[in-house]
This record gives sequence, structure tokens and C-alpha cells, in this order.
Amino acid sequence: MPQSELIHIGEEMMAVCNSCRYCEGFCAVWPAMEYRRSFAEADLNYLANLCHNCSECYYACQYAPPHEWMINPPQTFAKFRAQTYEQFAWPKPLASAFRANALVVSLLTALMLVVFFFGAMQAAGSRSLSTAVAGGDFYKITPHEVLVLTFGAVGLFVALALGIGLLRFWRNIGEQTSDLTNPPAVMLAIKEALALKYLDQSGWGCAYPDEKSSQSRRWFHHFTFYGFLLCFAATTLGAIYYYGFGWTGPYGYTSLPVVLGTLGGLGLIIGPAGLWSLKTRRNREITDESQQGTDVAFIVLLLLTSITGLLLLVLRETAAMGSLLAIHLGIVMTLFLMLPYGKFVHGLYRSAAILKYALERARKSTLGV
Amino acid sequence: MSEDFSNLDVLVIGGGNAALCAAITALESGASVLVLECSPKSLRGGNSRHTRNMRLAHEKQINPYTGAYPADEMWNDYMRCTGGMTDPELAKMTVYESPSVLDWARAQGVRFQPALAGTLHLSRTNAWFLGGGKSLMNTLYRRAEALGARVLYDAEAIDLNIKDGRFRSATVRIKGQHTVQIAAKTVVVAAGGLQSDLEFLKGAWGAAADNFQIRGTPFDTGTMVKVLLAAGAESVGDPSQGHMVPCDSRSPKFDGGIVTRLDCVTLGLVVNKAGDRFYDEGEDFWGFRYAIWGRLVAQQQDQICYCFVDSKTINKFMPSRYPAIKGNTIGEVARQLNLPVEKVEATVAEFNRAVQPGKFDHTVLDDCKTAGLTPSKTHWAQRLDTPPFYGYPLSPGLTFTYFAVKVDRRAAVLMKGGQPAENIFAAGEVMAGNILPKGYIGGIGLVIGNIFGRIAGKEAATLAKKSAAVASKEATHAAK
Repeated sequence: MPQSELIHIGEEMMAVCNSCRYCEGFCAVWPAMEYRRSFAEADLNYLANLCHNCSECYYACQYAPPHEWMINPPQTFAKFRAQTYEQFAWPKPLASAFRANALVVSLLTALMLVVFFFGAMQAAGSRSLSTAVAGGDFYKITPHEVLVLTFGAVGLFVALALGIGLLRFWRNIGEQTSDLTNPPAVMLAIKEALALKYLDQSGWGCAYPDEKSSQSRRWFHHFTFYGFLLCFAATTLGAIYYYGFGWTGPYGYTSLPVVLGTLGGLGLIIGPAGLWSLKTRRNREITDESQQGTDVAFIVLLLLTSITGLLLLVLRETAAMGSLLAIHLGIVMTLFLMLPYGKFVHGLYRSAAILKYALERARKSTLGV
Repeated sequence: MSEDFSNLDVLVIGGGNAALCAAITALESGASVLVLECSPKSLRGGNSRHTRNMRLAHEKQINPYTGAYPADEMWNDYMRCTGGMTDPELAKMTVYESPSVLDWARAQGVRFQPALAGTLHLSRTNAWFLGGGKSLMNTLYRRAEALGARVLYDAEAIDLNIKDGRFRSATVRIKGQHTVQIAAKTVVVAAGGLQSDLEFLKGAWGAAADNFQIRGTPFDTGTMVKVLLAAGAESVGDPSQGHMVPCDSRSPKFDGGIVTRLDCVTLGLVVNKAGDRFYDEGEDFWGFRYAIWGRLVAQQQDQICYCFVDSKTINKFMPSRYPAIKGNTIGEVARQLNLPVEKVEATVAEFNRAVQPGKFDHTVLDDCKTAGLTPSKTHWAQRLDTPPFYGYPLSPGLTFTYFAVKVDRRAAVLMKGGQPAENIFAAGEVMAGNILPKGYIGGIGLVIGNIFGRIAGKEAATLAKKSAAVASKEATHAAK
């Protein structure tokens, strides 16, 4: 859909929604809308990213299709979000290419990287890939330096790309860079984002995957996000062990990094699998089908990451370890490379929108409005 | 039809708030219930789909209200807004039973929220549905289905087989195609008012009705009211009365709902097509006057008026669906609205000269008024002097009609001569005219629907069980 047409749909929708306001009690989008009387593209970008796609508003809407005004906030906002993810990505052409064929690009990239790691291991390792290594010591297969160099470079690039995208979005919705660190607003935003407050709706949950309100999406998202966080913590802790204390891996099954990684890995199986299952049962009248590819690609990469990671842990003392390691590393690197161009950015943009909403509330209260 | 509807206890005709309250209560009393909703599922709920709150008395401040609202005060508000002339007994029941509605609704799973910001100062008196009336209806349907209700959509009752004041069966058109007969021991008619029957409106209003908008569902064509009256039921109310508010003239004929209404009148200046003012815009709070203004507009030439505001006030009332017509002078706005420019300019100039100094406060009946002007503006009168200026075209938006079927306190339909029909009950807009003679008070419609819906459901279920007991006794007797 051309951008101008989407903006027109968004403006028309807001003219109805801001005159109705029945949804005011659902989430942050509607009070944020009420701060405004007109809706430019930047306002719509902001509100769209503040929307958590809970869909309560659609089922409550007296103007939803087949009403002639065809009001459909979940779908309209989803389309705006997709546009912001692409528009503000850096470098933008990478995002456009990825979005067009997300799952295929992801799997091909993963395949290439797996092959690369096989090659690197064969070139660098003194041991054969197909024999068991005592204690499951994968540094015997892949030198630590190779991992640090490759993942360090990818990590820096990804952080840069994510940062640029976030800043572009933040400025587009009319905020100053300095306000990204406004302490009270940031604290409030972190609290609301970490609790998924706007999928909770005061305990009712949200209308996902169908009309009946439920907490299932919020919980599966929690499994996914905190699973991801635990895996990240495990890796970081491993680095601290290595650099800080000189303790080299692999660590025992009861060591903190392995416990964190195992719990995280389980979360990253339960969460994405649950979200995928909910997604397949979703009411298609309110989804933006064009995002199906990036959504599924992200879920698949998360699942492959956690499954191969756990397999690696369980089988690290067998002959399969070398191959599994190459596969796992290839998939993890793909996941990282795709972060700035796929579904992952929703977390950043939505958090930024929540932060803006916290700032707006603070400004309103100081103005005494 | 594949489903078997024989041996049905309660047939509920209609699919809005009153109908579902009746269905749920009948189900809870152990009756079998079939609900006939004439719209498709996506548009179910009749006018209730467009509602958002109920006015309920409460002696103390409790959640979700911001303060106490004693029943006596609600009674006074009701009298102030409606004149309260029809049936004082039923009106008293509505007001004094209203406190029970909140807990009942919560028990069905209905979710409430604090009052919406920027609305008609109703946070103390009215309970607001989280998500509005469609959300309410989704909850009531879910509850009714959980209790075992069967619901048929696209099922329009077009006739009732009534003999000697006793209902036998209904003729129901399914998906606009074939018809079926559905028999039941009792029937609750809660199928809405007559507002979507344009011919009926023409009969009551003449050609003026062509310029009305119907704010709610196009499905409320009043078939059941007409069928009941033809079968000998007593009517109540004046066919020209209804809940009518000023709406934007650019709105669609049906289903515009809440967003087309205009709340600018108390803050602005209203002229008719000739460019003349004709009524005190600041007579009372908008919440008490919006229902009067619908009729005022309907009585003007071509049923259209124009409200002017300036930059001081344009953002002081709720936004509406269509943008205001904007201009740097009053004349520029008047020209775009096809009004006599010089006349409107003169009217505004005369008004501006008559405005007295005062302290503007829209939350109280302030002292900003005109002097020596006819008609005067008695509150919130401010000069229109700050460009740009804005204008809105206003048309009458009809919410529902008050011409109704007469009922008694058991919600039983009264036949001519005053005898209640044996097994026919009515609830909602079908009988709201028993309580609303004219005017309106915000949030009362759903309360009438709830209270009389529940009474009707209870009465119908009790009667159905009694007649089932009699029938089985007779059957046993015959078998012997």
C-alpha cells in the first residue's frame, strides 16, 4: 500500500476514534490520542508503535467492518509499524530486501554461516569435527579468539544498526535525543514495558488470538523475552568468568551460566512456540499479512537457537558436538544479523513509544492540563 | 432448519441489551431460551452497540463512580429532563431499582472503567463500560451462550401468532429468505423501537423526517411494535417523540453512532437557515439539554441549523467525526455553509454587542450572559471575536422512538382494555415509552432495558415452567 494512502486511512481512523473514545480504558494508545486534535504521519507512527496489538479495541468497535467506515485499529497500526521498521532501519536497503523474503533470507544466511563455521573449525581446529571431546570443551574445536572476533564484529554492527534505527524513529516522533535518558520517564517506561502492562489491561488480558480476553499472549511473550534475557545473561556471565576470573568453559551443569542458559533456552522454546500457535489461530481480519514473513522468521530463528543450544548442552560430550556447535553458532549469528531488520525491532520502537507516552504524561501534569 | 426448537420455554425476540438481560435471567431460572437477532453477528446488539454507560443511583461513592448519586437525586434529574408524565410507577421502579444493575452486570462479566475524559460530566452518575456498548454486548452474548442460550442471527421475527392474548408462535425470516414458525411457551419482545422505519417517521413528522439521521442500527424497524399493536396491544406515547440530538449534517443516514454528535452548542451561537438565532444556547448543562436540541433543530426550516464558534472555544468540546468549516471571518464560514452572509454577520454582531462581562467557566452555570437580546444566551456567552472562526451544520439525529407498547410492572404487554397478555412480555425500546414521555436523560435507556429485561426474563421463565408443569400433569392425567 502506498504510504500516502495508508496515512489517509490513519487520519480518517483517528477522526472517528478521537470523537468516540470508547476504547479509552484499554491501553495507552487512546489516552495518548486524546492529547491530540490532529494526526500527522509522525503522530500515527508513534501511536502505531504504542499499540501492543492486543485487539481489544477491534472487538469493542461499533465502526469495525462491515460498518462503512471500516475502522480497524489493530490492522492499520500494524501496517504503520511495518512501515516504520523499514523506513528507519539502517542501512535501509538491507531491511527492504529482508522484509521481502524474511524466512528464506534467514535460512539461507543461517546455512551460509553454518558452512562458514564448519570451514573455520576445520581450518583452525587441530581435532576432527566428528570425534568426541572430553568434557565437551568446544574451545578445542573453535578457538575462543575466532568466536570473539566474529561475534564481536557482528555484535558491534548490530548494535550500531539498532541504535541508528531507534534514534531515527525517536526523532521522527518528535522527541529530543536527550529525553531518551529522562530518569523518571525511563523508569516508568521500563516498568510498563517489562510487565507488558498494555497486554494486561488491569488483569483482563487481551483479545488474542480471538475475541475472548486472555493472558496467554502476555505469558508466552514473557517466556520469550525473559528466556532471551536469560540466555543473554548466561553468555555475558560466561564472558565475565573468562575475562574476570580466568575460568574457562565449558562450565558444569550446575554452574550459573549453564543454569541460566538452560532456563532461558526452555523459555525460548515455550514462548515462541506458544506465540506461533496463538498466531495461527489469530483472526485474519485484523492482521497485516505482509508481516507474516518477518514474524515467522523471527520465531523460527528463536526456536532454532534455543533447540540447537539445548541439544549442544546435552550432547556436548558426544561426537555430534562439533557439528552441533557449527550449526548453533551459524543460527545464533543469523539471529543477531537479522535483529535490526526483522520483528525484533518492535521491542525497541514500542519501548520508545512507551517512553514518549511517559514523557507526555509528565508534561501534561506539569502543565496542569 | 436443522436445529429443533420444539418445546421451547422462552423465545426472546431481539438481540440488544434488554433481550440479552431477559435471556440470561430466563436461563438462570432454568428455562430453555432461543434468541432471535435479526442482524448478522457482526452487527449484533441493536442500538446497544452504540451505547457506553448506564445512569445508576448509588447512595455512597463506590467504584466506578466519582461520588454518591442518591436515588432521590436521580429521580429529580429524571423529572427535570423528561417531565415524567407517562407511568410514574414504572419510572419509579427504574430509578429505585437501578442500584441493583451494577452488581448484576459485574456478575455477568461486564467490565467497567472510570468515566471517559471530556464527556458530559457524567463520572459521578453513570457507570461506563470498558470499551463501550459493543463490548457489553459481547460479554452478555458470551454469558448467555455459556448458560445454554441458542442464538440465531439473520433471524427476523416478522409476525406473531397471538390468539386471545396468548402467544403461540412467531414467524421468523431466516437470512432474508425462507420463513419458519417457532413456537414457545412464552415470548419476550425486545426488538427495539421504530426509528429505522422511515415510513413510520414520515407518518409522525411529515416530510421533515427525510432530513433526520438515524444514529443507531438500521435493523430497528419496529416490526414487533406494529405486530403487537395490530394484535390488540395498548400503545403508549406520541409517535413523534424520541431521543433526538443534534448531529453533524454530513453524517450517514444510519449507524453514525456517537461520533457524529456535536457538543459545541453551549459554547457557541446557533442560527437557522435564515441566519437567525432561535433558542438560548446556554440554558443548562449540555448533558441536560442535548436531547432538547435535537427537536429544536427538527423544528427549523429544512431541519438544519448551524453552530458557530471561534478559536477560543474550538478545542473546549469533544471533537467530532467531520472537521469544522473554517474561515478567517464569520462571513467566510457562512458562505461555505451556503448561509445568507450579511444576515449571519449581523446576527453575530448583535450577539457580540449584547454579551456582558463575566467569568467564563464551562463547568458551572457561569455568569457569562447576554443583555437585551432575544432570545438571550444565559450562560457561557462569549463574543465571537477571535479568528479563525468555525461552523458546523447540525441535523436532528434520532436515537430511538418513544411510541411503544404499554406494559405493567411485570413487563407483561397490556392489551386494549387493560388486561395483561398471558404470556407476552416486553423490554427495552419496545416499551421504554412507558417511562420516557419526552426529553431524555443520559444513560437511562440501558437501565430500562436491564431492569425490564430481567423482569421479563424472570416472569417468562416462571410462567413457562408453570405451564410445563400443568401440561405434564394433564399428560399424566390423560395417560391414566
